[in-house]
Amino acid sequence: MKIVVCIKQVPDTTEIKIDPATGTLIRDGVPSIMNPDDKSGLEMALQLKDEKGAHVTVITMGPPQADLILREAYAMGVDRAIHLTDRKFAGADTLATSHALAGALRKIEFDLLITGRQAIDGDTAQVGPQIAEHLDLPQVSYLEDLKFDGDKTFTMKRHIEDGYQMLEVEAPCVVTVLSSANTPRYMNVGGIVDSYQKEVEVWGFNEIEVDEKDLGLKGSPTSVYKAFARGLKPAGELYEVGTDEAVGIIIKKLKEKFILN
Amino acid sequence: MNFSLTKEQELFQQMIKDFAEKEVKPLAAEVDDLERFPAETVEKMAKIGIMGIPIPKQYGGAGGSNVMYSMAVEELSAVCATTGVIVSAHTSLCAAPILEFGTEEQKQKFLPKLASGEWIGAFGLTEPNAGTDAAGQQTIAVEDGDNYIISGSKIFITNAGFAHVYVILAMTDKSQGTRGISAFIIEKDTPGFSIGKKEKKMGIRGSATCELIFENCVVPKENLLGKLNKGFGIAMKTLDGGRIGIAAQALGIAQGAIDETVKYVKERKQFGRAISAFQNTQFQLADMNTKTEASRMLVRKAAYKKDAKLPYSVDAAMAKLYAAETAMEVTNKAVQLHGGYGYTREYPVERMMRDAKITEIYEGTSEVQKMVISANMLK
Repeated sequence: MKIVVCIKQVPDTTEIKIDPATGTLIRDGVPSIMNPDDKSGLEMALQLKDEKGAHVTVITMGPPQADLILREAYAMGVDRAIHLTDRKFAGADTLATSHALAGALRKIEFDLLITGRQAIDGDTAQVGPQIAEHLDLPQVSYLEDLKFDGDKTFTMKRHIEDGYQMLEVEAPCVVTVLSSANTPRYMNVGGIVDSYQKEVEVWGFNEIEVDEKDLGLKGSPTSVYKAFARGLKPAGELYEVGTDEAVGIIIKKLKEKFILN
Repeated sequence: MNFSLTKEQELFQQMIKDFAEKEVKPLAAEVDDLERFPAETVEKMAKIGIMGIPIPKQYGGAGGSNVMYSMAVEELSAVCATTGVIVSAHTSLCAAPILEFGTEEQKQKFLPKLASGEWIGAFGLTEPNAGTDAAGQQTIAVEDGDNYIISGSKIFITNAGFAHVYVILAMTDKSQGTRGISAFIIEKDTPGFSIGKKEKKMGIRGSATCELIFENCVVPKENLLGKLNKGFGIAMKTLDGGRIGIAAQALGIAQGAIDETVKYVKERKQFGRAISAFQNTQFQLADMNTKTEASRMLVRKAAYKKDAKLPYSVDAAMAKLYAAETAMEVTNKAVQLHGGYGYTREYPVERMMRDAKITEIYEGTSEVQKMVISANMLK
């Protein structure tokens, strides 16, 4: 079985601060990490490799420093790493990103394509499903678990709002995985020692199959109108009164706000 | 001149910090309190290659550097000094001398299982009457056909009871003093070999520290490590390497105490403000951090020189001397800055101060390090 996992380098948002004046992220000194949902997806691929034997490729699109997460993936046990990087990809929103990734994926043979559900920097959850549409492949999003019958069929457990769906899907297909699905393994020390000896294939526009108008800023219908930090809520009004009086005050306030009439 | 970590070392540091924080730190107070050997942590470390960092890949190790190994002991010790010394004794005192002085057969037999962590390693030199004065060895090994018969005992042996392989020293020619000592590799099930009393200690309480007893213990001749009567040199070279491990442990303890203290002084309020706002706190922290960073430079330099196959004995001695004294001073200040809370087991700095003390004593006391350093100056 051949598996490809899409991974993204993101700022560790648990350590991020917002500049209150400009409403933008303060990126200085914030560590970059492999997106948690993607790492969970990578673990899913590596478990399939451990159990059934599989060839695992990781692919990322990003600036040169995104090389780090590909080395990390090598140290976790993947077989091949591809870095999509080109000035033509710059300024891409989710649609242009998914076009570039799909362009690269047309050049790679796979039975299963895994992406994380969403990245912690943008939180859109769009790129995985968009890739599936571009490649015209069946997709299952919000995956909790996946089993392979050893031939052609995957049994999948998909998280939905009030429960789970159990699905059987034939390869090739695309899945998006939740971070709660797997606890990613640690990098192996021997794998770390070898990680920079291995080749990361760097692909640009010329290496992929895509229409140039679908890439970068030109291919991005999204534009950011305004970014702002959510203001702090005021402390509120405090009353120290009995229950009956309290109910009266609450009803009066709700009427003032037209929540009750 | 370059003070930067390599890309591999940066990746390794990211992994080992994450591992220490998630897998080691949560158990630290418990293994100390219950004097419990954290076997489950050893298993987790084994799985990802931490038990064989500087062992070459051909012998089943990770093929990493001594700098990487010292970083591992540092980061593990920053959250749990017990875990740090388990790795240090296993790697520096057992796997390393077999790698350096063992025959090809010995390396093939012992290193893959030590490097994979399937077996834990230990080392035995110290005796009731032979500590710093190693020539006072009373354990003897007598040739008997294809075997040596070993009689005597060793004390204060780290990892004892949990280890499968012990590198030990014994007198093979008493008349020759240090020139009559030989090194042997002993497996745990060897007839006549047993584990004696377990010590109750001030610090590193989760690490097993026991007596080794040899009663007409029959060791096959192929388990002689290095040449006959060359054991003293083997022991001294082994301890040179071990000192990098213990210096890294001390460095980790100091850094761990700083991390805890920085967090605490920002939260703790007195006289209406955080105690981090007081200049005394700031000056204490500055001293603690400067000395710890200086220790780090000494540790990394010694490890780098070992990797570069340069003489590093004096560097290791200086690293251990300075890092151990720094660990003691920094943890003492950390407890002081925590005030009464720092004296309780509610906060980890109390444990760190108890753990720090041993780094001034084992694998050569601070006084021994000064002997090594000054002897090199005056020769």
